[in-house]
Amino acid sequence: MTSETAVVAPKARDYKSDYKPVWCPGCGDFSVLSSVTKAFAEIGTPKENCAVISGIGCSSRIPAYTSVYGFHGVHGRALPLATGLKVSRPELNVVATGGDGDGFSIGGNHFMHACRRNVDMVYVVMDNEVYGMTKGQASPTTAPDWDKSKLTPHGTGINPFQPLAIALAAGANFIARGFSGDPNGTAKLIADAMKHPGFSLVQILSPCVTFRPEQKDWKGMVRPAEIEATSDIGRAARRLMTDDGFNTGILYKGSRNVYRPALEESETVAEVEATFAL
Amino acid sequence: MSAETISIAVTGAGGAGVMTAGQMLLDAGAKAGWYGLMTRSSGPQIRGGEAAAFLRMSPGPVNCGDDKLHILFAFDWMNVERFAAELFLNSDTLVLCDSDAGEVPNVISSSGARVVALPLKKTVKEVEGGRINMIGLGVLGKLVGLPDEAVDAVISSALKKKGQEAIDFSKAGYKAGFDLAANVECDAALSACSTDGVERWGISGNEAAGLGGLKGGVRFVAAYPITPATEVLEWLAPNLEKVGGTLVQAEDELASIVQIIGGSFGGTPSMTATSGPGLALMMEAMGLAVASETPIVVVNVQRGGPSTGIPTKSEQSDLNIALHGLHGDAPHIVTAPNSIPDCLFTTQWSVFLAERLQTAAIVLSDQALGQSRVVCDKPADLAFIAKRDVVEANVENYERYSVTASGVSPMAIPGTPGGEYVADGLEHAPNARPSSAAEDHIEQLDKRDRKLTQFDYGNHWADIEGEGEMAVITWGSTTAPVREAIERAEAKGMKIRMISMRLLMPMQTEKFAEALKGVTKALVIEQTHSKQFFHYLKAYYDLPAEVKLFNRPGPLPMRPGEILEQIESWS
Ligand SMILES: Cc1ncc(C[n+]2csc(CCOP(=O)(O)OP(=O)(O)O)c2C)c(N)n1
Ligand code: SF4
Repeated sequence: MTSETAVVAPKARDYKSDYKPVWCPGCGDFSVLSSVTKAFAEIGTPKENCAVISGIGCSSRIPAYTSVYGFHGVHGRALPLATGLKVSRPELNVVATGGDGDGFSIGGNHFMHACRRNVDMVYVVMDNEVYGMTKGQASPTTAPDWDKSKLTPHGTGINPFQPLAIALAAGANFIARGFSGDPNGTAKLIADAMKHPGFSLVQILSPCVTFRPEQKDWKGMVRPAEIEATSDIGRAARRLMTDDGFNTGILYKGSRNVYRPALEESETVAEVEATFAL
Repeated sequence: MSAETISIAVTGAGGAGVMTAGQMLLDAGAKAGWYGLMTRSSGPQIRGGEAAAFLRMSPGPVNCGDDKLHILFAFDWMNVERFAAELFLNSDTLVLCDSDAGEVPNVISSSGARVVALPLKKTVKEVEGGRINMIGLGVLGKLVGLPDEAVDAVISSALKKKGQEAIDFSKAGYKAGFDLAANVECDAALSACSTDGVERWGISGNEAAGLGGLKGGVRFVAAYPITPATEVLEWLAPNLEKVGGTLVQAEDELASIVQIIGGSFGGTPSMTATSGPGLALMMEAMGLAVASETPIVVVNVQRGGPSTGIPTKSEQSDLNIALHGLHGDAPHIVTAPNSIPDCLFTTQWSVFLAERLQTAAIVLSDQALGQSRVVCDKPADLAFIAKRDVVEANVENYERYSVTASGVSPMAIPGTPGGEYVADGLEHAPNARPSSAAEDHIEQLDKRDRKLTQFDYGNHWADIEGEGEMAVITWGSTTAPVREAIERAEAKGMKIRMISMRLLMPMQTEKFAEALKGVTKALVIEQTHSKQFFHYLKAYYDLPAEVKLFNRPGPLPMRPGEILEQIESWS
């Protein structure tokens, strides 16, 4: 084999654009961007066959910072967009991305049904327990006593949403948690999610240094989960319902049926319309 | 005597087989060469309850109901008053009923219609495996003059799955009904006819819209059921699959609209269908399709509104939201089919336009078109096949939203090396990067506007027929009664021009002015309460000095006779 035909392994930087992020210095989303591009490089999908789809929010700005195809859509609807793309173009490596507000509040219904439909794609949620883009309101994952938002001066008083437990109950096939402070570990999780068939949820704890500065302490709180990934739904449910939200790693890996229409032509349009003839 | 066109209503309790009888009558008529139209009406019950089939048959094409009824066949009197307003009974109507059905309801007898009671139930018992709808079909077959071969063929094919015994029972029932009618006087027989070898189709507006999508190249559909649009989606589900496409049932319309944006972004022409409440939910994402220049088609089958309104009845009251429901300056396409077969043409054309112009298109059908079934000539094949302007691999300095003279910028489809870009609902620079700069905003607004306004829509923007100083201007399903009213007026020696608008956005002001040359007064016909079409015309077009409006909301359809009255009283 001559050197001209040797295939060069893609690098993470091949998947990054030269566009400067709008994020605040220190925002966790910078390293999530690195993790996503590293995962693409590890899988090695040619960049024209990758797509990053998002909704609206600070975290949802991520597609433009990659060099692959992308769609920055409307608030809350990254998953239906990614679904439409993946179902009609199954050969693409489709990654939906966004924040906890985007995915679990305005997009909550799509989240449940995307888990249930189990289309083969990855959903990366940058969870900072706050609405960053609109300047610091409580999100579905915010603790009930967080009272720093003008909108809920006494705290929300509402129990936080449990995205991973809900994903499991709704039918997701792969559930993992990462931390933005560990970009390599998170890249590995995303790559594993890409390899696993069906709908894979990767929740990434990604601090909002501006509106939740106390999240800088997450660094000392996260730990790799002690128990290996399980495919037992009962055990997974127990661990997801009882953990404190800081165990990282693959928490559930299932073998549920993947939604994948065949897209095979068996008749011409002329044959189809002939059925209207009397 | 034979009639030009005859109208028949068949009513009865759920389970009596009213719809089957109506459908068989229409199909047998079609075999014998008659055109026809069948609309259905039923009570609010999900299953069972009373039902009515309204048929109109004629040697020539029919697209709307008549304003007189020749025959009402009531298998029983169950809640017949519910349909009274739709029946158009008069003293010439022949009402057929069962001798044992009890007293004739007041709504019937007060019309002065001639009532003939036949021993239907008794005959059912006498025929082995007899069913009232086949006896009824026999009576109608005799009165209308259906050829036996046509009836035999239709019964055999409709009951093929049920086996020979069922076919024999039905034929015997038909014969018994045929004999029952031997002494019934009726002048509603149709003149003999033939198909002249032209292929005839039996199709509903909703099926036609689905087929239009398919023929236009649609291969991805996301669906959320809603009356009266569901049949578009139900027809597409199995048929898309056959041609290598797919339909996904979405969790709601917020999802279905965005799923088709995703499908289209991937390069697959994509479509959905909905009705008012669903269209309202889709509006934010329609703006995304416009801003990101992602082609999509939404077939909106209008029903009575606002809110849940009257789901099973027609109205033209989604015009405002279709034209103006998007936030921001969001030029898009709004089209409207004006007959059942035209649901095919207009939907296929809309797919072509959306793809060609990389924008969102709303097709405003309605319940009257969508859920009625017509016997028509096979529609001609059209040249409108989706053809998107796409870039080849590795084009240097590719910019997704490049500012072109036509306003259309070549699109890169995922999988194309060198075309990678991020589609965005944020305002952007030509290179697709988000931008809030004034010059980028104006440049992109201009471009998105220009590509629609500069495009040549040919003469499909409207159907313009006839000459005269008076014009009747309308759109959508009210076109059929307008056409028929004008035919009747012309038969009386009047001269009238009809303008039925198929392209409602972008507005074709110059072509409209051209179409109005020589017209001094215009009668506007629409089916809304708040005069939406009338206000639209006044806002965007130059109208003649004298303008008159005839409008009415749903559920009652417009009829040719009342439009003719408007024309005559204004001449
Ligand atoms: C329909 C709609 N409603 C509200 C908004 C305003 N909005 C933009 S981003 C956002 C919340 C984003 O929060 P999250 O998804 O957690 O992302 P983050 O900014 O924290 O990364 C909201 C409410 C919008 N863009 N669209
Ligand atoms: S506001 Fe918070 S989430 Fe948004 S960019 Fe700044 S740090 Fe990140």
